[in-house]
Amino acid sequence: MKARAFSYVRPATVAEALLAFAEAGEGASYIAGGQSLVPALALRLQAPERLIDIAHVAELRGVSCDGEWLRIGALTRHADAHDDPLIARYAPLLALAAPHVAHPAIRNRGTLGGSVALADPASEFPAMMLALDAEMEIAGSAGTRRVPATAFFQDLYQTAIEPGELLVALHVPVARAEHRCAFDEFARRRGDYALVGCGVMLAMPGDVVAEARIAFLSVGSTPMRARAAEAALAGQALDAEAIRRAQAALADDLDPPDDEQVPAAMRLHLARVLLGRLLGRMEMAS
Amino acid sequence: MNAPLGALDRPNSYIGRSVSRPNAKRLLAGKGRYVTDLVLPRMLHAAFLRSPYAHARIVSIDAGEARAMPGVRLVATGADLAKLCTPWVGTLDHFKGMKSAQQLPLPVEEVLWSGQAVVAIVAETRAQAEDAAEAIVVEFEELPAVVDIDAAREAGADRAASGIADNLCFASRLDTGGIDEIFAGAAHVVEEEFHFGRHTAVTLEPRAILADWDASEGKLTVHHATQTPYQFQDLYSRHYGIPEANVRVVAPDIGGSFGMKLHVYHEDMAVVGLSMLCGRPVKFVADRLEAFVSDIHARDHRVRARMAMDTEGMILAMDVDDVTAIGAFSTYPRTSAVEGNQVIRLMGAPYSFRNYRAELSVVFQNKVQTSQYRAVGHPIACAVAERLVDMAAARAGLDPVSLREKNLIADDAYPCESPTGYKFEALSHRKSLARLKALMGYDALRAEQAALRERGIHRGIGIASFVEISNPSPAFYGIGGARISAQDGAVLAVTPSGDVRCQISVTEQGQGTETIIGQIVADQLGIARERVRVITGDTENTPHGGATWACRGAGIGGETALQAARKLRENVLGLAAAILQARPGDLDMRDGVVVDVLNGAERVSLAEIARIAYFRSDTLPKDASAQLTVAHHYAPQGYPFAFTNGVQGCHVELDAETGFVKILKHWVVEDCGRIINPLLVDEQVRGGVVQGLGAAFFEECRYDENGQLTNGSLADYLVPMACEMPDIVIAHIETPTADTALGAKGCGEAGTAAASAAALNAVNDAMSPFGASIAQIPMTPTRLLKALGTI
Amino acid sequence: MTAPVAITLSVNGETLTRAAEPRETLADFLRRDLGLTGTHTGCEMGVCGACLVMLDGAPVHGCLIFAVQAAGASVQTVEGLSESAMIADLQRAFHERNALQCGFCTPGVLVTAQWLLARKAAPSREEIRDALSGNYCRCTGYEAIVDAIETVARRRSAGEAASRFLEEPA
Repeated sequence: MKARAFSYVRPATVAEALLAFAEAGEGASYIAGGQSLVPALALRLQAPERLIDIAHVAELRGVSCDGEWLRIGALTRHADAHDDPLIARYAPLLALAAPHVAHPAIRNRGTLGGSVALADPASEFPAMMLALDAEMEIAGSAGTRRVPATAFFQDLYQTAIEPGELLVALHVPVARAEHRCAFDEFARRRGDYALVGCGVMLAMPGDVVAEARIAFLSVGSTPMRARAAEAALAGQALDAEAIRRAQAALADDLDPPDDEQVPAAMRLHLARVLLGRLLGRMEMAS
Repeated sequence: MNAPLGALDRPNSYIGRSVSRPNAKRLLAGKGRYVTDLVLPRMLHAAFLRSPYAHARIVSIDAGEARAMPGVRLVATGADLAKLCTPWVGTLDHFKGMKSAQQLPLPVEEVLWSGQAVVAIVAETRAQAEDAAEAIVVEFEELPAVVDIDAAREAGADRAASGIADNLCFASRLDTGGIDEIFAGAAHVVEEEFHFGRHTAVTLEPRAILADWDASEGKLTVHHATQTPYQFQDLYSRHYGIPEANVRVVAPDIGGSFGMKLHVYHEDMAVVGLSMLCGRPVKFVADRLEAFVSDIHARDHRVRARMAMDTEGMILAMDVDDVTAIGAFSTYPRTSAVEGNQVIRLMGAPYSFRNYRAELSVVFQNKVQTSQYRAVGHPIACAVAERLVDMAAARAGLDPVSLREKNLIADDAYPCESPTGYKFEALSHRKSLARLKALMGYDALRAEQAALRERGIHRGIGIASFVEISNPSPAFYGIGGARISAQDGAVLAVTPSGDVRCQISVTEQGQGTETIIGQIVADQLGIARERVRVITGDTENTPHGGATWACRGAGIGGETALQAARKLRENVLGLAAAILQARPGDLDMRDGVVVDVLNGAERVSLAEIARIAYFRSDTLPKDASAQLTVAHHYAPQGYPFAFTNGVQGCHVELDAETGFVKILKHWVVEDCGRIINPLLVDEQVRGGVVQGLGAAFFEECRYDENGQLTNGSLADYLVPMACEMPDIVIAHIETPTADTALGAKGCGEAGTAAASAAALNAVNDAMSPFGASIAQIPMTPTRLLKALGTI
Repeated sequence: MTAPVAITLSVNGETLTRAAEPRETLADFLRRDLGLTGTHTGCEMGVCGACLVMLDGAPVHGCLIFAVQAAGASVQTVEGLSESAMIADLQRAFHERNALQCGFCTPGVLVTAQWLLARKAAPSREEIRDALSGNYCRCTGYEAIVDAIETVARRRSAGEAASRFLEEPA
């Protein structure tokens, strides 16, 4: 299992990185943490002619907050999602999800930007971008643009990022006092890709759910928002009846893939159980 | 006979003592020397192009472009290697009627499984060899793949290999008679169809081999991550036509084996030929993907079984049909029929019933070969019998422990024989069960279980008694014509400084073989164990012997060391007596000093005796014989196998909504006879249990209908990891075998033998309030939710 | 260019410059170019944990990073941790408890253990198991490893100084 030969460049700025890609054309690939890319190269499933190492581009680093939005640089590591005080305060859902991402050594190296740009439907962070209503900042030859999460994830491993473009940062609306969040997943072993995972954000200024955002991983070709379940909760008190209706509504939201190991009915069932447990925990806590 | 081996309070009384492994220190420092680490001058690397089809004919091979690529030194096909290496057939004479297709290092005409190596590429680096493999074009003509065990046995079925008449490799039948009548008249009959998934060893160090052919000397040196260097010395010698004395096989540190690293693999045989063709050392390390499609797999059984019981709760009989699929040919040289054979012969072995019928069918199919892996056949026999015992207990309204208490062979009933012909010298089933019950706090666990059920928490308790085969005599392989030794040899020498060197044929893979051999030698000689150097794993530096398989290292290797040490001690004391003008019988050795037996007075040190023997033999009396090196061989006599026994308990919690199971705790009481090092025995048992729990909940090689392995990576084949495994409580009963002075039996397979059975019973116990049951491992959440009727 | 490029990095405290093919992983670079064979490769896809090394102080998979990416970084392997006696107490506890058998996973396990105890002085058994979630061991069944790490946590918390391990007789 040795990768095919490639050349390697290490740009210092976003502009240099974009240029390096443009020079190489479709045969180039960006690498940051590389925790998903390197296995694909070792397995020769991918064989770029040039690797553009963006790990030293300063513009892609750092976490900051302007009071409305939390900006998470694309190079922020999974481990930082758990440890960073700004993330813990303004996007606690990410801190809850982080320990479920693979194993410690992967979290020390993998980046949030890399995970979101890869858009693996079984990964935690892409789904959490949906639950957080985040926006992705993308740099290209024509400048930068921000794409909302709902428009960002398009199909299996397909996002709004065009070839050669670079994910610069994740922008997350800051969590307020009225927000409650929860995350959990069912994985066969600690750190495995989950059979199903779910992040929930509730805005609860009082006893009633003003807004619910529910996102699932491992239930389809992209991370999925559960709009019908959200609607079942909106305007309701978070009680057993509302939770039951949200669980039932998942049949309209999710159409999981069917395979012998994990039949579609199994995933839907587990999604319901998981949502019920998460909302139940939030009910107990509120 | 078992003379007491000495109290632990004597100096140098190491037998029975927990001591650390001297050879573990270099592993902790990152200084292990594994085959994967070895580099020889001018060494080349091999990679293989593999078949994408489960069954196909090779139409053509075009390697022109590959041969011209950077770093490539050789591209070899099956035809190239067939000129050097004679073919092999994996059958044994005592398995009557067994058949298998002839094998070569690389296929000439026909590929038999997806992942089979077809073309070898040798290059300066592994990456270059892989680059070249991508440039080779092989045209295959796809043939029908045999994958289903029932379809494979139908008349006129497609054959898994063209060299066989049909897909039945081997069939066997046992029948004590009158079984149908006994079942017809029984008060209770329980029956079930069991499915045991294929799994594989997944040693952390994959298979690795470095062959070095030196044409100038006509000598082959193979650095080989194997358990059995002598077996491979014999095989390389015979199949490549090299005199045995010119073949050296060295097995250095090995990153796990578990039975997987003692079979002939096509790539390994090829690498020897590649080195001969290149005239340079050639190394092959299977990467993890290659390991999944070329290491032996194991298990893969479907067992239909029933058990008859009388009104008193006594088991009357068992009736068993085992169909097992093994791949397209039988593994060489130990075959792929041993597991099935042990399944039907170990079935119900802990119990006293006398009536038994079994049918075994060993079936070819186009998948990776299966063969011996840790606890061969045991987990299947154990799970089937133990689950039926639990079902019978439920049918009779008895507690599972009570039913076992009634039916286990009584501890005073030995020697006795199983209905399948196994001869038991002395076992301790009932004592072990009583110990387990106390250890688990069984009654309290049952009370807690009942209370928790009221609150919707579903815990389960599973028990499984087992018998393990250890210390095999030539009845295992030798009798079938295989050149696999059941004896071991040791050469023991006092060095000029009075240290002791022990060169012995048993081998080390981390279980602590060298440590226990050192303990035995030091104990029996009467010296500090730090002064004993144990050398293993090199055919040029140790005598011929069976090495490590079937739990024989401690029992047979240990007895070899013990007898050799006693022989050397006799020589040392004889020489000391000559020097001291004393009688040998009045002398003893303690802590490396010859002393008077009666008062312990120090007379002369071993170092001084050695100095005189090696450098001042002129000062010795004329008739004194200074034989400070002894060679000794020992083969098991008496019972054909030393059976061990034990019982395991498993405690689980089932999340009935999700089908996820948490293993709360696991207990083992086992009896491996004399324990040489409790620390090492306990860790053998723990490691074995976890491999059994892996089989119970996680591990399975999954194939599609075309014979393609669909989860052949370490990300997709789920091995047990730290978070999911429980703490494991272990206790011992010691019933030494009287066949040896040491009295030791094996312990390496005990954990694996019954862990999955105990887990199966525990999960079924947890599901019983739902009226649900499962008879398949691994017990995945999907299967459990299906069993519960949730999906 | 896919040809080897010169990289400079610190390995076990020593700054060195070597030529490496861009496609060579850090694990292969350490093993092949530097002879640091204590770093093992068990899966080459970041699952088994046998190749863990400290990169700028945190464990990463040597198989999931190319050596060229590590240019300018500081790497510590089991050899460096061992020779500096930083993990002497871990090695001792593993030895006493027999928390290794074949030893192939052990370097990666030691790297994880050292990092865990640096971050958390008294982890629970569950936390130890969680930290080990990416370290595959086929031999021990994990319990002895957990025991050994727990013992070291206790000894370090009690202020026991780590005496050297390797020079002692076995």
